[in-house]
Amino acid sequence: MTITRGDPAHPPSPVEDAAAAGRSPARRSHVPNDGSADAAAVERARKAMLHEARDLKRTRIGADVVCEALLRQGVDVFFSYPGGVILPLYDVLGDYPELRHVLVRHEQGGAHAADGYARVTGRVGVCMGTSGPGATNLVTGIGTALLDSVPMVAITGNVPSALIGKDAFQEIDINGITLPMTKHNYLVRDADDLPRVIAEAFHIARTGRPGPVHIDITKDALQQETRAEHPSEAEVVAGLPGFRPNLDGHGRQLKLAAAEIASAKRPVILAGHGVLHAQAWDDLRAFAEKTQIPVAWTLLGIGVIDEAHPLAYGYMGMHGWKHVNRAIQSADLLIAIGMRFDDRVTGNVRTYAPYARIVHVDIDPAEIGKNVAVEVPIVGDAGRVLRALTPMVAAVDPATRAEYFDQLADWKADSIASSWHGSGAWRDGLLSADYVIERIGELTDHEATYVADVGQNQMWLARYTGFRHPNSHVSSGGLGTMGFSVPAAMGAALGRPDRETWAITGDGGFQMTSQELMTLVADHIPVKIALLDNKKLGMIRQWQEIIYGGNYHSASLPGPDFAKLADAYGIPAFRARTPGDVDDAIRSAQAVDGPALIWFEIAEEQNVFPMMPAGKGLSDLIEKWGGADE
Amino acid sequence: MSGDPGSNGKAPRAAAPSVAHPPAHSAPPPRSLPGGGETRRHVLVAVVLNKPGVLNRVASLMRARNFNIDSLAVSHTDSDDVSRMTITLHGDDVAVEQAAKQLYRLIDVLKVQDVTSEPTIQQELALVKIRATDSNRAEVLKLVELSRGRVVDLADGSIIVEATGTETEIDAFVALVRTYGIKELVRTGAVVMARGSGSIEEAIKR
Repeated sequence: MTITRGDPAHPPSPVEDAAAAGRSPARRSHVPNDGSADAAAVERARKAMLHEARDLKRTRIGADVVCEALLRQGVDVFFSYPGGVILPLYDVLGDYPELRHVLVRHEQGGAHAADGYARVTGRVGVCMGTSGPGATNLVTGIGTALLDSVPMVAITGNVPSALIGKDAFQEIDINGITLPMTKHNYLVRDADDLPRVIAEAFHIARTGRPGPVHIDITKDALQQETRAEHPSEAEVVAGLPGFRPNLDGHGRQLKLAAAEIASAKRPVILAGHGVLHAQAWDDLRAFAEKTQIPVAWTLLGIGVIDEAHPLAYGYMGMHGWKHVNRAIQSADLLIAIGMRFDDRVTGNVRTYAPYARIVHVDIDPAEIGKNVAVEVPIVGDAGRVLRALTPMVAAVDPATRAEYFDQLADWKADSIASSWHGSGAWRDGLLSADYVIERIGELTDHEATYVADVGQNQMWLARYTGFRHPNSHVSSGGLGTMGFSVPAAMGAALGRPDRETWAITGDGGFQMTSQELMTLVADHIPVKIALLDNKKLGMIRQWQEIIYGGNYHSASLPGPDFAKLADAYGIPAFRARTPGDVDDAIRSAQAVDGPALIWFEIAEEQNVFPMMPAGKGLSDLIEKWGGADE
Repeated sequence: MSGDPGSNGKAPRAAAPSVAHPPAHSAPPPRSLPGGGETRRHVLVAVVLNKPGVLNRVASLMRARNFNIDSLAVSHTDSDDVSRMTITLHGDDVAVEQAAKQLYRLIDVLKVQDVTSEPTIQQELALVKIRATDSNRAEVLKLVELSRGRVVDLADGSIIVEATGTETEIDAFVALVRTYGIKELVRTGAVVMARGSGSIEEAIKR
């Protein structure tokens, strides 16, 4: 192992520099009601905002309304980048010290950070940017949040309303751009509308199926004097007659579901992100235990059940565990909860779960019957449906499922034996990515927040970490946004400062948003970055090897000296090239008080197996390729 | 499909046999895909909040979800803050139900109803500028009168006829006068209202 800088026990961290400069090195906690001084200040400010506008020694303008509204919503931190038309907001931010502003280095990083914050806390993440390029830079992050149903409010400035439509400097029709990729969006030209719009935006973002809401505010609205009052939650609901999510499952449908469950011999629960959104992990476990039904999960459903639980069966889908996909293919009943039968989960729908009847629970009626036809549709909140359904089903004696469970156990043993470390890396003495991930999981006691990037690293993380807690896994599933992990981990670390936060990324994704390293340093955000460097776009290379006949165009991706890069930002870096280096490197990074980077130089041509080729079915998994050992 | 989010998934597959041990020797039948049924013309009524951009939201959603709108008519209702859209599109029942559910996700949409199978009054208005010379004007006017069209403009060489009726009736009228030469044609798209005393607008919980 090479340590590029300092002594791992006493790394010269930016925190110490800050202390030397007379600033407080203490990390600020923003978890509501955690007893810390910061959290108490936010709560005091929030309560004050509920009653009256702050006593300002100047005119109250639209920008003040934005800050007041954020505090009223309990926002403690937001991620933003200034620009011409949003400067009125920056002009008043100093009057609201309870609102922590994180100055990101690129708006996309801000959007992902808000996303990561929202995913680990279950609260609404907030990001901001200016008009034009500031707004378009947010777009990738907003899209990521939409596809994964993450509650987010994105605020942008726009040119003064008199200039709208005149192709003014840094003017773009951002409202038109975000329209198809938000749950709802607003253009505000009048400060008097701001209290209502912001309250509605938060309500929409977090209610029902969560999602991003974008608010575009003209510069003159931010500067305009206003006395408009903030609405109550009841007034907000009354003002949105078209938004009444159905939370409780229909009684008749619940009865049908209970009947299906009673007669099923080989049932499987498919749990998704909706269970986490509904905070229904305890309800899910109670339901599974009572009915003795094994639980499989989607990529975003990771953490719905402790992986050490006897009924936790595994991660499904394209790169999921073979035993899980076999169980789905032989099931006679699938109970899908808060998941949407994405093509990465089903493969070819024609051959998907051919023996199974399907009970589908989702809060969004449009998801039911969209990708697969189902027998029992239930529209409702995962938690409420599970709490209503559990008393309606009979407790099942596990002995009556002995034959089924034996087969599941056999499949699991077989699957783990055949795919564990399923690459040639070991044979050649190279560093195997799955081993790295497994060690990170072990050495963090499975207690950290793990934030994936996209590609092979994402699949290795999903398969080998061993997740034991809800919301401990953050991953860009639907949009598959490379460059997600470092900025999202930044938000996740601020949202859950009580847990270690690890960003697991590849060399490709890391190079897309590495500018946020500076934000980690400047704001003392202690993210540990595990960079799995195979000097390739690994998933691209894998597809080219297996599907495109070895035509490796653009798969090779030269990168910089990542240790020097981290060093330039003042981030301690550690390097691991062999399996023997791994534990030391992880422990060294953990010992750093602040961000740290580990440069894992993994085998260059390792594949993720099993793999379901696009367009094929769950029974068509590729488990090996090339050499006999692979 | 109605706007009621509780009703959905109307197309269950045929009950698969409950198989404790799936037979290894026989391939199971392929799972049917949602939709794939017979394509026909559907009429959706959407009651929406009268807010800026709501038409754009509806149109954008239909485009993004790969539905092709045949016609779209929008107007105020008796209530100033509520507008009503009549959307006609072709698709199988499941696909159109999916379109209706997607529309229902829009915050500004209060209610969506597929009235295709309900007894309704459907009307569309067309203005047709027909070439009419001195020699055949009388013949054209006779035809218009028989078709219950109304002449709204008479000029040298042409007449403008207003025709009202169902989409099929207007199709037929247009086909009939095409021989004389159509200089211009504009149609409003269908507007529709269910027969009887029930009211889609009153059914909205406000």
